[in-house]
Amino acid sequence: MINKIFAAPAAALADVPDGATVMIGGFGNAGMPAELIDCLIAQGAKDLTVVNNNAGNADSGLAALIGAGRVRKILCSFPRQADSWHFDRLYRAGKLELELVPQGTLAERIRAAGAGVGAFFTPTAFGTRLAEGKETRHINGRDYVLEYPIHADYALLKADRADRWGNLTYRKTARNFAPIMAAAAKCTVVQVRETVELGQIDPEQVVTPGIFVNRVIKFH
Amino acid sequence: MKRLDRNQIAARVARDIPEGAYVNLGIGLPTLVASHLPKDREVIIHSENGILGLGPKPAPGEEDEDLIDAGKAPATILTGGSYFHHADSFGMIRGGHIDICVLGAFQVSAAGDIANWHTGEADAIPAVGGAMDLAAGAKQVFVTMEHLTKQGESKIVERCSYPLTGLRCVTRIYTDLAVIDVKPDGLHLVEIVAEGLSYDELQRLNGVALKYRAAA
Repeated sequence: MINKIFAAPAAALADVPDGATVMIGGFGNAGMPAELIDCLIAQGAKDLTVVNNNAGNADSGLAALIGAGRVRKILCSFPRQADSWHFDRLYRAGKLELELVPQGTLAERIRAAGAGVGAFFTPTAFGTRLAEGKETRHINGRDYVLEYPIHADYALLKADRADRWGNLTYRKTARNFAPIMAAAAKCTVVQVRETVELGQIDPEQVVTPGIFVNRVIKFH
Repeated sequence: MKRLDRNQIAARVARDIPEGAYVNLGIGLPTLVASHLPKDREVIIHSENGILGLGPKPAPGEEDEDLIDAGKAPATILTGGSYFHHADSFGMIRGGHIDICVLGAFQVSAAGDIANWHTGEADAIPAVGGAMDLAAGAKQVFVTMEHLTKQGESKIVERCSYPLTGLRCVTRIYTDLAVIDVKPDGLHLVEIVAEGLSYDELQRLNGVALKYRAAA
């Protein structure tokens, strides 16, 4: 019997090694898997490369992971915020590497990884500082920049409901990066509000099919 | 001369957004445009974190942490709205499905280049968000900004000195002084909006030669 639901959160993250690339869902705090991140901090993995739209807000979730000094590099589109003080401090101290990626390019690079696409040409950022040194091509009258997929070892995500096969639904804008990150990581770990029996999620309503999900943990 | 304030600029932009348009509004002044759209005009606002049909701010106590806008502020969704993931959201932008985006800017060039993501200061922490995707992908890019810097220099320039967000993408500029179209042959004055500002004075303040277009 397939059962992706883990009873103990610690077991779901026990094998994350130092140096892993970890995608973390969420846009700001909507969809941020804060409890899973707390488990990752307790687990102790370090030298992580993190992929998220932002670089943490205030002192919890991703900000806490950064503040604990566990992140070596971050790929994101919008690190600088009024309450990104943990990122700001470590970045200015030269202890945190930043790869700044336009938001849509970040999403598409993640999507490409999950979809098995080797690279793609995008018009975004052509002629700007963020395309410097990148291969370009003129296609049907427009200029494009070549961008490569972002693969991850783990994705830590938050969803609303899951069944034991790992089918997921989300709430509102908390969906954001989760469906594409689920597909881009070798091991996708999802915290949910509720676990349900098979069949209780209408197949028409499944947003992320269980094939993209490895481990599910319910947090109250 | 009486310049427009931020709300008046937003109201002037709102006048030009037609029924049925799919519109993305940037953070800051562009966000104000939503509250100036006529109530009887159906305009669908796209929020790049994953909403079509963004509604007004929720009433106090009605906030939902899972429902926020692109500025991470509490939001609502209109009846008929939809949620989607980030790759779909930016597919809407990059794929040319968004009719109009409204962005703030530090500078716009006569060719329609926009600079709005980086001040160019060496020690600044850079952040770009969706600005480059919107500049590259929206069918029309409207820019709202004050016409002049605090030092009185025109933000409309021959060439942007700030790092670029997108090339040859701005279609119309709304400032506290004027509305200006960016055309292949240069800048066309649509309307002077500051009260008591003459064409000659606007031309003197503007960094780049304007082509005067008589009122239609």
